[in-house]
Amino acid sequence: MSEPTVDLEPRKLRSSLAPSDLIFRLVARGGGGLVLLITGGIGIFLAYQAKPTLQTYGWKFFTEQSWQPEANQIGVAAILFGTVVVATIAIAISFPLAVATALYITEWAPRGLKKSLVAVVDLMVAVPSIVYGLWGFFLLQPRVIHLSRWITDFFGWIPIFRVDTDPDAAVFDGATYASSAFIAGIVVAMMVMPIACAVMREVFDQTPAGEREAALALGSTSWGVVRAVVLPFGRGGIIGGTMLGLGRALGETIAVVMIVSPLFEINWHVLQSGSITISSMIALRYGEAQGSQLNALMAAGLVLFVITLIVNLIAGFVVARSRSGAGTEI
Amino acid sequence: MTTLLDEPVRRQLRIVDVEDRAGLVGSAVAGLSLTWVFYNRILPTEGTLGFIVCWWLSFTALYLLYTGLRRGRVVLTDRFAVLLAHSAAALVGIALTTVIGYTLIRGARALIHTNFFTQDLRTAGPLEPLSSGGALHALVGTLIQISIAIAITLPLGILCAVYLTEVGGRASRLVRSVVEAMTALPSIVAGLFAYVVLLIGFGMRLSGFVAAMAISVMMLPIIARSSEVVLRLVPSGLREASLALGATQWRTVWSVVLPTARPGLATALVLGTARGIGETSPVLLTAGFTTYLNLNPFSGPMVSLPLFTFKMSQSPEPNYISRAFGAAALLLVVVLLLFAFSRWMAGRGRSGSR
Repeated sequence: MSEPTVDLEPRKLRSSLAPSDLIFRLVARGGGGLVLLITGGIGIFLAYQAKPTLQTYGWKFFTEQSWQPEANQIGVAAILFGTVVVATIAIAISFPLAVATALYITEWAPRGLKKSLVAVVDLMVAVPSIVYGLWGFFLLQPRVIHLSRWITDFFGWIPIFRVDTDPDAAVFDGATYASSAFIAGIVVAMMVMPIACAVMREVFDQTPAGEREAALALGSTSWGVVRAVVLPFGRGGIIGGTMLGLGRALGETIAVVMIVSPLFEINWHVLQSGSITISSMIALRYGEAQGSQLNALMAAGLVLFVITLIVNLIAGFVVARSRSGAGTEI
Repeated sequence: MTTLLDEPVRRQLRIVDVEDRAGLVGSAVAGLSLTWVFYNRILPTEGTLGFIVCWWLSFTALYLLYTGLRRGRVVLTDRFAVLLAHSAAALVGIALTTVIGYTLIRGARALIHTNFFTQDLRTAGPLEPLSSGGALHALVGTLIQISIAIAITLPLGILCAVYLTEVGGRASRLVRSVVEAMTALPSIVAGLFAYVVLLIGFGMRLSGFVAAMAISVMMLPIIARSSEVVLRLVPSGLREASLALGATQWRTVWSVVLPTARPGLATALVLGTARGIGETSPVLLTAGFTTYLNLNPFSGPMVSLPLFTFKMSQSPEPNYISRAFGAAALLLVVVLLLFAFSRWMAGRGRSGSR
């Protein structure tokens, strides 16, 4: 008896698309392509426009402090420094507040209040930056300059807290303490705190109830649960949320324009008047820029964009890799 | 037998008794008195902020001392963490209240005059009282610009999201990554892009349309990305059921996927709009400034609420600053309404409440 011959070739499945589907796919692909063209076009256009500046100035573009196109001196050293300083201050202030508030909402807030607190944080994300700017300029600044003086008074021996003025002068010299990177940092902190807090809160909320209960059953206090279960579980969310806030802090424009007085040199004294960030520099200088000066602005914009892009990519990567982040969208 | 019928008693997880509460109140009062004596009477210190900080510090120290003596180290750490979390939340709450309250209160001076909503600023100079002139042109400009931006970004964004979730293919990964990357685009760079391309490249003039384009560039990735998230949440069982009934893919998307995701899409749109409506920096570069009511987005500068606020706040005149706060309060109210609307939409549909 011979083996029955078996045809091992799989059956071919063929489906033909209906005409309406063909059109649908075509239109959808077209839409996707158009969005790719617009969004990708910005990046390519920025790079293309920035090229002449980067070619002309080379590395000097990153080491030169002054921004004087008319004197042919263009560099982002001071501007980049100011951007990083303002963002660092903002994150230093907003990070503990965001973590503590997110923990409060998930762990300790009264149950009836929790939903409205979540809504309040989400609302804070939506408050326009100009409103924070007004608040910072008119309400916060006149009060914070006294805090600045106090810090200088007691911690002035630390170089970054020094201010080049006599803190014990007979007449309080408020203008020296106003318009500083410190005050801009506080305002930006207020702006990025809700973003970071919202991400962290969402991650903390996903902590498995079983692990929480296990910790409680072993006799831990509510802080013990947070330390042993919630924080390790939400580490990805904490890092990701902070990075997301950092990305926003680096790109913030209008609140910084309202607060700082532009100063194109590296100013280590964060409490002292004068600083500049990339975005506020663009907002201040676009009007008088033409030709190659616009290219220089585009180059600065490209530097800012690349930095925020890297920060956001890291944020997305960290959140997606973490245990908690699989289902989270930031 | 009776034990079986009894309701199970919930275990008390938090051990906070009357004495603890009394200790809390007592520490607060003791801290207040201590601070008052030292801060106001003995030490050469003054100022409200310093007083509150010192009060908080002495209150915390006393409370921790009390808890530590009574309960021991483990509970002490717990209470300290709880106290810090409560304090941080309170600080954030106070900050938000002052941000919104201060804007509304200072804005009220301008907002109580009806002419703020019915007139533009053509006749009102910096010294003109608040009873003449208003921000009608800025309000109208905001509405026109955001309408154009929505008309551009909504179809494109949803189409892109449909492409990413329903059609897919090899290129979709690239599109997704680029869209995701572009959500990081700083708004000022979006404005600079529109400024260089449309105003300098194509020789357009400062106008509402160019400003709307700048806002669109900023909003498009945001809306495309959040719509994609919403569409991905539509259960694939619904899609498969529709396809199994013989519907074409186009029918499935149009009659099943999109209606299911509608509340979520509305939320995505509203939040994107709230973001776009409040952005000053792209508009600053592209819209120009005017004191006249301009209904034509294609010719002449057209001011919007955030830009109006910014320009007015740069003036030293108190009346202009009041107008700035009025416009900011108006903007805030618009954003609040949008936000409340999005909450309401999200609460109605399943896919919206993620």
